[in-house]
Amino acid sequence: MAGATARAEASAVRADAPHRARRPLGRRIGEAILPIFTALVVAYLFLPIVVMIAFGFNDNVGRFNFTWQGFTLEHYATVFSSQPRMNQALVLSFTVAVISTVVATTLGTLIGLALARYEFRGRGPLNLLIFLPIASPEVVLGASLLALFVSVGMSLGLVTIVIAHIMFNISFVVVTVRARIAGFNRSLEEAAMDLGADEMTTFRKVTFPLIFPGILAAALLAFALSIDDFVITQFTAGQTVTFPLWVYGASRIGVPPQVNVMGTIIFAVALLGILLWSLLQRRERTLRAGTGPGVGAGS
Amino acid sequence: MPQPDVRLDRVTKRFGDVVAVDDLSLVVEHGEFFSMLGPSGCGKTTTLRMIGGFEETSEGTIYLGDADVTDLPPFRRDVNTVFQNYALFPHLTIYENVAFGLRRRKIPDGEIRHQVATMLALVELPGYERRRPHQLSGGQQQRIALARALINHPRVLLLDEPLGALDLKLRKQMQIELKRIQTEVGITFIYVTHDQEEAMTMSDRIAVMRHGRIEQLGPPEDLYERPSTDFVAGFLGVSNLIEGEVAGRDDRFAAIRLPDGTVLRAPSASVNGAPRVRVGVRPEKLRVLALTDEASSAANGLNTLDGVILDASYIGVSTQYLVEIASGQRLVVYAQNIETSGAAEAHPDGQRVRLTWRPEHTFVIGAAPMTPSDEQPEGEIHA
Repeated sequence: MAGATARAEASAVRADAPHRARRPLGRRIGEAILPIFTALVVAYLFLPIVVMIAFGFNDNVGRFNFTWQGFTLEHYATVFSSQPRMNQALVLSFTVAVISTVVATTLGTLIGLALARYEFRGRGPLNLLIFLPIASPEVVLGASLLALFVSVGMSLGLVTIVIAHIMFNISFVVVTVRARIAGFNRSLEEAAMDLGADEMTTFRKVTFPLIFPGILAAALLAFALSIDDFVITQFTAGQTVTFPLWVYGASRIGVPPQVNVMGTIIFAVALLGILLWSLLQRRERTLRAGTGPGVGAGS
Repeated sequence: MPQPDVRLDRVTKRFGDVVAVDDLSLVVEHGEFFSMLGPSGCGKTTTLRMIGGFEETSEGTIYLGDADVTDLPPFRRDVNTVFQNYALFPHLTIYENVAFGLRRRKIPDGEIRHQVATMLALVELPGYERRRPHQLSGGQQQRIALARALINHPRVLLLDEPLGALDLKLRKQMQIELKRIQTEVGITFIYVTHDQEEAMTMSDRIAVMRHGRIEQLGPPEDLYERPSTDFVAGFLGVSNLIEGEVAGRDDRFAAIRLPDGTVLRAPSASVNGAPRVRVGVRPEKLRVLALTDEASSAANGLNTLDGVILDASYIGVSTQYLVEIASGQRLVVYAQNIETSGAAEAHPDGQRVRLTWRPEHTFVIGAAPMTPSDEQPEGEIHA
């Protein structure tokens, strides 16, 4: 009985084999082209980064760093010593990014919670308005912020940059956090309260740990957007120089290779962040996988 | 007399224009397994959520013991809930899930460890402390949800269709388990379900709900044997209802005359004074006899109706007959397969038969007709 079945299966496999070799030509060409095509697209995406990294190792001559001269590690050794103005700009950019990320993430999370949770007057319009800073061109936002700051008599500098960055970051945080909360199972909070946790404890012990990945994603996004913002910063900075503004200024007289080095370092840090993030996501997926029927759907 | 654990006094809940719970009053005694049974939208879950503190009442008062808890938040009420989807905290271990309530009350660690172990033993999952909810099966998660609630020794445990997501076999097993645990811990259970068998298996008393009101309340036998409305008769199992008129009554029995002149007897207590009524009898109370001399002699003192077998279906434990009586109405009969072997039907299609049953097994319902919009367990035939 079992032997007969095995033989039948074997003959089925044999019958299948020549059929597989006779696939249509078009499909075979397609299968050959697809990897090449994919490789080209990936190369297209990563070429600028590769160039940036490579020219950080370039033993350049003179002001310009556009042609390959030879390999050196010198710029890595001098990255923090050769360009004091760049260091200042970098510190400023980090300061702006940290402050605006913390403030925008806090406010944005609260708005996201309110929008996802509560029915209130103006909720519909607010849901839409929150997209405006994302949708409007940065030039427009920057110009109008400048007009606003000047008209109320604020002197341009760190404070105005931070205010501007918080403004555009809040929208991104709200959108990210709201999406996370939308999939949140309210009965988990009810269960916490049922077990004697008041509102604050419930938030601390249940709500926050569960929406934390969303908040973290929002914060990383906010930080990334802030640290390399150019357009809005240009309008609101006055005499203050952030890292992107300094690089732009330097490019007119020749970008020093230390900029490439700095760019490479920032890229490496970002890459590390992404890796950590995806690890966290994987852990969380297994956490969510078995929370019981109907939980994911959010009843 | 011990004080009731839960008392609802004229509680109403409105969602906008919709009345979910309508002027409901209810008393649940200490240590009782009390079920609220009804179709979806009957207000049973809303009532439970108001007792738990998750919904505010629109009107009325809720008492736990003699304390008015109507306006207290859930974390200030001495009740705990087992949620329909368990609602275990996915980011915490089983240990921390079960210990959650004790931690809120700042119980010392050693005491918590001891109590969690005791609880896990009670729900027969000892040694599961370090697992996470997603590593457990549905039935195991259900037990943990129960342990997490019971560890707080609440005055009342609320259960919102806790077995709804389990498969039939596990559900049956958990029903017995739940009843065992309830007896063991002696805590009042208020259980919400739409499954009449589940409610009947476990409950001391059942409130059958419809349109935000209690349709009938009583022990399972009462509801089944003496339903007071069409809805209850139809929701708990299958029943045959025949229209008639009260023709007279004495101490024990009332006589009800059917349009064709047949007189049936029913317990006097079940007749409430309305002249036009419906006489009801459960399918398993009916006996089918072939129309012979034997039948007429056996019918002494019993209610009898003559009819024709339309259909007979053998379903193992019983045979279901569909019998058309003189008025053209069709009655359902469940005959236990005590003497038949199944292969040879005792009563073939088309046979003229006499149905007999004891007057005590007859119930009477006032003639208010059922509205067609009512949800009913469709075609569910329980043997």
